[in-house]
Amino acid sequence: MTESGSTTPTPVPEGPTRPGPAEAGGKGRFSRRTWINLGLQLAALVLAFLLTSVVLLVAGAPPFQAYIEIAKGAAESFTDVSNVLVAWVPLLLASAGVLVTFAAGLWNIGVEGQIVLGAVLTTWVLRLLMATSLPPSLIIVLAMLAGILGGALWAALAGVLKTFGGVNEIFGGLGLNFVATALTLWLIFGPWKRPGIGSMSGTEPFPEQLGLPTLAGERLSLWSLALGLLAVIFVYILLERTHAGLRLKAVGLNRRAAFLLGVPTWQYALLAFFVCGGLAGLAGAIQVTAVYHRLIPSISSGYGFLGLMIGMLIAYRAIWVAPVALFFAALNIGSIQLPIVLKLDSTLSGVLQGALVLLVLLVEGARQRYLRRSRTRAV
Amino acid sequence: MPASRSRRVLICSALVVVLVLMGAFAAACGESEEETTTTAAPGPESTTTSEAEATSTTAGETTTTAAQTPEEEYVFGMVYVGPYNDNGWSQANYEGGLYVEENLPGTKMVYVDKANTSDRPGTTVEQLAEELLAQDAKMIMFTSDDMKDGALAFAAAHPEIPVLHTSGDGAWKEGKDFKDLPNLSNVMGKMEYGKMIAGVAAALTTKTGKIGYLGPLINDETRRLAASVYLGAKYAWTEYLGKDPAELTFRVDWIGFWFNIPGVTSDPTQVADNFFNQGFDVVVSGIDTTEALVEAGKMADAGKETWAIPYDYVGSLSEAPQVALGVPYFNWGPEYLKAVTAAREGNWSTFFNWIDPDWADINNPDTSIVGFEKGEALSAEAAAKVDEFIAELAGGLNLFTGPLNLQDGTPHLADGEVATDQQIWYLPQLLEGMEGQSVSE
Repeated sequence: MTESGSTTPTPVPEGPTRPGPAEAGGKGRFSRRTWINLGLQLAALVLAFLLTSVVLLVAGAPPFQAYIEIAKGAAESFTDVSNVLVAWVPLLLASAGVLVTFAAGLWNIGVEGQIVLGAVLTTWVLRLLMATSLPPSLIIVLAMLAGILGGALWAALAGVLKTFGGVNEIFGGLGLNFVATALTLWLIFGPWKRPGIGSMSGTEPFPEQLGLPTLAGERLSLWSLALGLLAVIFVYILLERTHAGLRLKAVGLNRRAAFLLGVPTWQYALLAFFVCGGLAGLAGAIQVTAVYHRLIPSISSGYGFLGLMIGMLIAYRAIWVAPVALFFAALNIGSIQLPIVLKLDSTLSGVLQGALVLLVLLVEGARQRYLRRSRTRAV
Repeated sequence: MPASRSRRVLICSALVVVLVLMGAFAAACGESEEETTTTAAPGPESTTTSEAEATSTTAGETTTTAAQTPEEEYVFGMVYVGPYNDNGWSQANYEGGLYVEENLPGTKMVYVDKANTSDRPGTTVEQLAEELLAQDAKMIMFTSDDMKDGALAFAAAHPEIPVLHTSGDGAWKEGKDFKDLPNLSNVMGKMEYGKMIAGVAAALTTKTGKIGYLGPLINDETRRLAASVYLGAKYAWTEYLGKDPAELTFRVDWIGFWFNIPGVTSDPTQVADNFFNQGFDVVVSGIDTTEALVEAGKMADAGKETWAIPYDYVGSLSEAPQVALGVPYFNWGPEYLKAVTAAREGNWSTFFNWIDPDWADINNPDTSIVGFEKGEALSAEAAAKVDEFIAELAGGLNLFTGPLNLQDGTPHLADGEVATDQQIWYLPQLLEGMEGQSVSE
C-alpha cells in the first residue's frame, strides 16, 4: 500500500483528492463510508461558512443577513434565477472541460485562455460573415463552431508544448493565457476597434439577430443552457462509460503503467486537451453570442479558474459538476446584492468559494490519511 | 502511534485554518484601511464620509423600515463605473446622489459601483441596474460614458423606468447617435470650460514649456476635453505670456480606459512618471483617478519641479496639495436633484442637457455644474490670471473659434467661424499642435 508514496513528476492531481481504489474498495462498508464522506464534506461546508462569517464580522457586517441577501439575490425573482443560469452555462462548460484534463492527470491552467480564444474566433467569424447574405442562424452556428475549434487548438498548443517541448502544462497554460489576453487587447484597440474609439470596453456590439435568442425580457438563452447541459452529459459518459474514458484515467493515474499496458499515452493527453479546449472555446463562443454580444478583454470572466476550483472541489467526479457549478453561479450572482444592500465587497463570494475548496481539500486529505492509517493497521 | 498521527493531522489542519484566517483578516484589514484613508482626508471630505457612513448604517435599517412605509420613500438607483470613493469621477457622482438625498427629503439612493466587466466579471451594466430595481429603485442613473450601450439597452427594456445617462448623447435629437427612447435623458456639464481653465493654469506654471495630458480612453468626449486643455494652454501661452505657440509642447498619452485596470490598460502611474521624466513639468489628468497628482507629489518630494491638475472631484487636491495647481470638477448635485424631482413627481420627459457653468460663480455648489478649485501650488500671479480668464469666458470668450485645424492639418473651423455644439461634441481628431493619438492605432 505504498502507491501514494510514489513521486509524480508533475503536480498531477494524485492520491488524496482523486477517486482512487479507496472508493472502489469493500462493498460491505460502502454505505457507511459514503455517509462518513458526506458528513465530512458537510463539515467542510459548515467550516467554510464559519470562516467567511468571521471575515464578515471582522469587516463589521452581519453574516446572517449577508447570506440572506446572497440567497435573495440569487433566487428572489425569475430574472435572478435566469441570471444565475446565464453564469451557470460557462461554468458548466469550463468545469466539465477541466474534468477531462484532470482525468488525464493534467492541470489545464490554460483554460482561461482557451475560453478567450473561443470568444476571439467566434467574434472573428461573426465579423467576417455579418455583412454577407447568409442566414443569421447559420452565421451563429459557424461562429460557434469556430469558437470550439479556437479553444481546442489553443489547448492543443499547450498539449503540444508539453508533449514535444517538455513545457509543463501549468507554465505553458499560464503563458498562453497571457498571450490570449494580449491578443484580445490588440484586437480591441487595433483592428477591431469601434470607429473613432480606443477603449477597453470592447468591440462594436453585434446586431441582435447575430445573438442566440433569449427568453423574453431575460438574458438567458435556452440554446446555451442546452449546450451546457449536453456538455456535462457528454463528459460524464466519456469519463464514466467509455473505453476511451477509462484509458484517459489510466493515463492520469499512472502514465508509465498505462503506456506499458499499450495505451497511447501522449495521444490521449492531447485528446484530453483538445476536448477541454473545445468545451472552453464553446464557453467563450456563448459569452460572445449570448451574453456580451461583442468581444471584451474580460470575456472569460474568470470562469476558467472557477471551473478548476470546482473540479478540485468535487474531486473530479463528473456527476457533481452541475449542482456545484450551480451553487457557485448562485453565489456569484447573489453576491451582487452585497455592495448594494450592505456596502460590502462582492468578492466575498470569492472568499466563500476559496474557503470551501480549501477546506474540502483539507478534510479530504485528513480523511485519506486516516484511511491509510486504518488500512496499514488492518494489514 | 495512531494518536500521534491524528494529532499531527489535527495540527496540520489547524495550521491551514490559521493561515486562511490570517489571509482573510489581511483582506478585511485591507478593506478597513481603505475606509480609514478616506475618513482621514481633511477638509470637506470628512463631512462627506461621515454622511456616507450615516447612509450605510441607515441602509441596513431602512430595509426593515421600508417594509412599513414603502410608498413614502422614493428610491433612485445610481451606477458608477469606478469605486464610489475614487477621489474622482465616480465620487463626484456619488456625492451628487448624496446631495439629492439631502435636499429632497423622502428620497433614498441605492447604488452599485465598480460597474465594469473587469471589476465585476460576468455581469453587464443592464444587469447591475436591474439589481437596483430589485432594491425598489424607481429611476436609474448610469453615470459613465462606458455605459452607453448598457443604458440604451436598459432604457429600451424598461420603458416605464426614467433613465438618466450622464455624458451620453442617446437623447440628443441633433446628435449623431439619437435613439428615440421616451424614458432616456442625458446630462453633461460643459467641462470644456473647466479644462480650458486647467490649460491656462498649466501654461502659466510650466517652466519647460512641456505639458502632458494623461488621457483615459479615446472617444469624442475625451478628444474634445484634451483639445480644450490645449486651447486654454495655447491662449495663456500666447495672450498672457506673449510666447511663440511653437515653443509649447502638448502631448496626450492615453491609457485605454477611465482608470487603471492592471494588465488591461496602461498603468497611469507609469505614464505620469514618463511625462515627468521626459521634461514635462505639468501633467493634466483626464482620467477618473488621481495618479498624476500623486506622482507629481512624489517627484516634487524627490526634488523635481513638478505640478499636476487632477480632474472630476473637488476634494481630489488633498492627495498632494503642495503640487496641485487646481482641479476642474463636476458638481452633479443640482442637476441630479432636478432629475430625481422630475422623475418622482411623474414629470419625466426626455431631454439632453449640456450645461454651462454658473458664470456668476462657477464654484457655487447649488448652481454650477462645472467648477474650478484653485490649488496651493498655483502662484498668486497665475491665480489672478486664471480669474481673469474665467471672467473672459463668462464675458463670452469662445476658444472654439476659427481658424482651427485638426491634428492632420484639415481645417475644422474657418477664420472667425464659431463651432456648433456638434462640432465640439463630436470633435473628430485632436487639434493641430497637439501630439498624441487622435484615434486608436
